[in-house]
Amino acid sequence: MTDLFEINDLSVGYGSRLALEHVTLSVAHGAQVAVVGPNGAGKSTLFRAMVGLLPIRGGEILIHGQALPAGGNVIAYIPQREEVDWRFPVTVFDVVSMGRHGWRRRLRPLSRSDRQVVLDSLERMGIAGLSQRPIGQLSGGQQQRVFLARALAQEPHILLLDEPFTGVDVATREMTLDLLGGLRSLSVTVLISTHDLDLAASRFDEVVLLNRRLISAGLPSEVFTADHLREAFGGQMVVIEGKSIVVDQCCGGHEDLAPGPERRDS
Amino acid sequence: MMHWLTDPFTLAFMQKALIASLIVGVVCAVLGCYVVLRSMAFLGDALAHAILPGVAVAFLIGANLLAGALVAGLIVAVGISYVSRAGTVREDTAIGIFFAGALALGVVLISTMGTYAVDLTHILFGNVLGVAVADLWISGGLGAAILVAVLVLYRELLIVSFDPILGRTLGLRTQALRTGLFLMLAGTIVVSLKTVGVALVAAMLVTPPAAAYLVTKRLPAMMGVSVLVGVVSAIGGLYASYYLNVAASGAMVLVATAIFVLLFLFAPGRGVLWRVMVR
Repeated sequence: MTDLFEINDLSVGYGSRLALEHVTLSVAHGAQVAVVGPNGAGKSTLFRAMVGLLPIRGGEILIHGQALPAGGNVIAYIPQREEVDWRFPVTVFDVVSMGRHGWRRRLRPLSRSDRQVVLDSLERMGIAGLSQRPIGQLSGGQQQRVFLARALAQEPHILLLDEPFTGVDVATREMTLDLLGGLRSLSVTVLISTHDLDLAASRFDEVVLLNRRLISAGLPSEVFTADHLREAFGGQMVVIEGKSIVVDQCCGGHEDLAPGPERRDS
Repeated sequence: MMHWLTDPFTLAFMQKALIASLIVGVVCAVLGCYVVLRSMAFLGDALAHAILPGVAVAFLIGANLLAGALVAGLIVAVGISYVSRAGTVREDTAIGIFFAGALALGVVLISTMGTYAVDLTHILFGNVLGVAVADLWISGGLGAAILVAVLVLYRELLIVSFDPILGRTLGLRTQALRTGLFLMLAGTIVVSLKTVGVALVAAMLVTPPAAAYLVTKRLPAMMGVSVLVGVVSAIGGLYASYYLNVAASGAMVLVATAIFVLLFLFAPGRGVLWRVMVR
C-alpha cells in the first residue's frame, strides 16, 4: 500500500460545535504537505486531533491501514506556541532528550545510541553549542529550534508543525526549511500549517485547503484555483483582472471573522 | 569540647526527634521541587489543613493519628483532582472548597474533645519532641515509598510538569500522574504532621526547593540542594529548640527561611545584592 496515512470522514469539535466536519484525506508516505485555510479553518484542530489532544467525534485516522495508536513515537507534534514553563530548570539537552522517552526503558539512564540521536538532532538544528544552556536563556528562534530538535529525536513517521514560520526570525525560518529538505531523505511525512500560500505552492508536494471541511487537496496547481480559493476564503478574496488575491488576516486581529470555537484555532 | 553538639542527642526523645526531622527534611525537600515548579503551594497548604478531620476522627476512635490523617489526605487529594479534572471547576476553586470544608469539619470534631486547645496546637504546629516509635515507622515507611515513587516516575513527572502537551502526545497518562502527585503530596504532609504540624508544613515543602532553585539550573541538582537545605533546617531547628527552648517546628522553618533570604540576596548570578555588587 502506498498511502501511509489516511483520514476518513473525520469530525472534531470543541464543546458542542464541530470545528472540522467530514474531512477525508490521504497522504503518501514521505510526502510534504502544506495545510492552508483562513483563520479558524481547523488547521490546528486537525493536528491536535491527530495527536490525541482533541477527541474525535466521528470518522477515523489510519496509519498503514491501522487505527492510530495513542501516543508513542509515530507522530511528533510542534504546537504553534509552546506552552511550557520557560523558567523550568532544564537544559537544552534535557528537553531534546525528552524526545527519546518513548524509546527508553524505565529507570535506565540515556543509552549511548539514544544520546547519539539527541546530539545528532541538536547538530542538525545548529544548536549543539547551546546544549548545556538553561532553556530560559534562549531567544525565540533558538527555542523553536530546540523543539524541532526534540521532534527529530523522537524519530517519528509523521511530523506535524503548526505555523512554524509565524513569528520567527529569518535564520530559524531558513533552518526549518532546510530541515524539511533533509527529512525527505529520511522519508518522514511532514504536514505543516501555514498562512503563506506562496510558500505552500513553491516548497510543498501537496496542498490541503481547509475551511472547516476539506475544500481541495492535491498538487498546488490543482488546489489553488480561483473557485477553490473563493470557497475557502470567501470575502477575504478579491479577483482582479483574472488574478486571485487572498486578503488573509494572519494570526489575530479580526477574530470576529472566526467566531465561536474557531477562535482557539488562530 | 564538641559536647554542645552531641549533648542533645544523648536523650532518647531527642534521638527520635532527630530521625523524624530528617525524614521530614528529605521528603518535603524532594517532593517540594514539584510543588514549587508546578505552582502547587496553595494545594500543599490546603491539603495540610484538610487532613484535620482525619486526625480528629482517629483521636475520637482511638486510632493512630497518622493513619487517620493519611486516609483524610488521600480522600481530599483524589477529590480535588477529580472535581478539577475536566475543567468544570478551576483547580484553585476546587482546592478552596475542599480545604475550607474539611478544615471546618476538623474544627467541629476537635471542639467536641475535652482537650481542644492543647490537641489543636500540637496538630497545627507539631510536637516533634513527643514523637513515638510507631510514628517513626509510619513516617519512615511512607517517606521511603514517596521517594521511590519520585525516582521510578522521574522522567514522566519531569515531562508532564515541563510540557504537558508533549506528555499527552507521548501517550503518558497525565491525569493519573497528576492524581499520583497529589497523593504523594498528601503522604508527605502526613509524614510531616508530628514534626512541623499542618500550619507549617507548606513552608518545609516550598522554602528549601525555592532556595535551591536560586542556585541550580537542572532538576536533579535542584533536588539535591533542596535536600541539603531541608536537612540543615531540620537539624538547626532542633538545636535551636534544645538550647533556646523554643518550638522546634517554628525554628526549623525559620532556618529554612533564613537560608532562602541569604540565597535570594547573594546567590551567584541571580542574587539581588550579588548583581549590584558585581556591577
